[in-house]
Amino acid sequence: MDIVYYLVQNMLPVAIPLLLVALGGMYSERSGVINIGLEGIMLFGAYFGALFVYNVQGSSMGPQTILLLGMVIAGLAGFIYSLLLSFAAVSMKANQVISGTALNMLIPAAVLLFSKMFFNSDGITTNKNFYIREMPILGDIPIIGQLFFQRTYLTVIIGFVFLAIATVVLYKTRFGLRLRACGEHPHAADSVGINVYKMRYAGVSISGVLAGIGGFFYSVGVMDGNVNGHTGVAGFGFLALAVMIFGQWKPIRIMFAAMFFAFLRTLAYSVSLIPFLFNLGINQTYYKMLPYLATMLVLALTSKKSRAPKAEGIPYDKSQR
Amino acid sequence: MKDKKGASSKTKFDIKKITQLQGYSSFTSALMAIVLGLIFGFLVMLFANPGSALAGFRFVVLGGLSRIGDVFYFATPILMTGLAVGFAFKMGLFNIGASGQYTMGLFFALFVAFTWELPPGIHWMAAILAGMLGGMIWGFIPGFFKAFLNVNEVITSIMFNYIGMYLVDMWVQTNAEMYVSSTTRTRYVPMNAQIPSLGIAGSNVNFGIVIGIIVAVILYIVLQKTTFGYELKATGFNKFASEYAGMKGKKNIILAMVISGGLAGLGGAFLILAPSGIAGSSMTYEPINIIAANGFNGIAVSLLGNSHPLGIIFSAVFISHIQRGGTLASLVGYKPEIIDVVIAVIIYFSAFAMIMKSSVTTFIKSKLGKEKDKEKNNLAKEAE
Repeated sequence: MDIVYYLVQNMLPVAIPLLLVALGGMYSERSGVINIGLEGIMLFGAYFGALFVYNVQGSSMGPQTILLLGMVIAGLAGFIYSLLLSFAAVSMKANQVISGTALNMLIPAAVLLFSKMFFNSDGITTNKNFYIREMPILGDIPIIGQLFFQRTYLTVIIGFVFLAIATVVLYKTRFGLRLRACGEHPHAADSVGINVYKMRYAGVSISGVLAGIGGFFYSVGVMDGNVNGHTGVAGFGFLALAVMIFGQWKPIRIMFAAMFFAFLRTLAYSVSLIPFLFNLGINQTYYKMLPYLATMLVLALTSKKSRAPKAEGIPYDKSQR
Repeated sequence: MKDKKGASSKTKFDIKKITQLQGYSSFTSALMAIVLGLIFGFLVMLFANPGSALAGFRFVVLGGLSRIGDVFYFATPILMTGLAVGFAFKMGLFNIGASGQYTMGLFFALFVAFTWELPPGIHWMAAILAGMLGGMIWGFIPGFFKAFLNVNEVITSIMFNYIGMYLVDMWVQTNAEMYVSSTTRTRYVPMNAQIPSLGIAGSNVNFGIVIGIIVAVILYIVLQKTTFGYELKATGFNKFASEYAGMKGKKNIILAMVISGGLAGLGGAFLILAPSGIAGSSMTYEPINIIAANGFNGIAVSLLGNSHPLGIIFSAVFISHIQRGGTLASLVGYKPEIIDVVIAVIIYFSAFAMIMKSSVTTFIKSKLGKEKDKEKNNLAKEAE
């Protein structure tokens, strides 16, 4: 049972960044823009979040307050950075995949450049501990308390709040309906007076905010508050895209997909703690490849009947109506 | 009235005559992206350290000229990854997996170089071919997933970048013949397996660049003069129309990805089999779980060269040139990463350079046209 507790407690902080970033990708694609730059946006948000933490870690603010403020900063940074993609992909009608790739390439280099210049290292190292040993009241609930509210981070709760908000906004509001229309049939949406460009800007911006926050949560929950330009966010932005496809562009399914991938990754990194797997004597590298291999397997099985938004990837051109 | 019409259409024709040439148009848009990228790089330098920004920028732009041999030496791998990305792009496939294919090619070349016993003249050729084979296998996978399972090649390629990187790093680390654990690097490649140097004094430029250019020319011929090349381009233009015309889309997708992967694999082989400065030494590989950057630089090379094999030769040399300049800029205190920033900005702008340029030219044209019309009107009035 201890191993189960251990795995769940370690899985959740990994699953939350995946969940948030995949939700971001969902918003972007539902509006019709493929956002392959999620990886770069994550790192951008993570870097600014960590920069903030680095600057205030000496002050008397409590760690959870710093976490919340850092989240706001990271979201803002992600939003600003995602405007570059919106501008290229929506306003300039550029190839969305190429502009996203450019965003991905820019940030690791920029992070390395500035960290080397101002910190003499490959990234930012913070010493603030956001770890929560046991949450008051909630942590005392038997089993559930142990699974979800002990040895965890505040990010887990915030992540689920965001999931709820994202689901409601997408399905229960006028904005969500319009956004989905722009991803399925932008010309029809335009004909009833919806501004497709605005909607796509909104979709990409939401994905920017969520990816920025997701990046910061990655650095908090997975990297212990550190960010560096070499490993970046270790392909989490791309994994999130796969999670989104596996989740068929639907919020709740995306959550389960994120949990699945996070579980595999946690398993891969805790092989030495699980006697049964450790005794098999398989090279650890194979376990590290597991999330990526599982992605391919899942995609191979699900892509035939994929429910991708119909107009994703196609720049909207008013004159083609 | 009639006269005026003729005159204005004539001026239009003159502008069109130059601007409508496809090569000219892609050249100017590439140039525009480069200029914007360099301006951005200069701004970053100015922000980081205003005092030496000018000196640093001069190194970036002109520094490579003093190391022309090195420029070609480092251009070889990115020429190959650029060709790989460009070739797939002709078919409408975005091969972001050049990194994985490149790493796989690198390992296959290393494997043959270290573990096979072959006569001197043949060994390096065999190693190069092995590298190509490695890349082809890694290119086949995204092609297969795309053709038969309808999985987007971008996602597959990215996943197999990671899988390939982990696999190769593990294989290298567990192979005592090629790996020295104390230096965490591979050994120098045996002399027989090193690509012969071109023998230019003071540089390590080797036969690889020659093979690379020959391959580029062959690709150009394949794309322009063969049925396969025609089908490839047709599928890139319109998948459904080409299918309707009886072209085998699935076979072509896989074939294009296999060739593309083979090109990237060659790049890896050229990199690792290259001799370096001191006699007997060569390039080495360090397995530290990082995705090879040369694969992504290939995207920049390909975009700048407009996916045209011959254009890619020039853009590879150019990118390598500013990379050399970037390392020289460290003499005045800048980090070489500045060039990666510049390259990313160049990619960003080249994604919509064509559109930006056409809007700029229509703007200029309309201005010019109006002024011409005004002049004509004035002349006509005076004549009356």
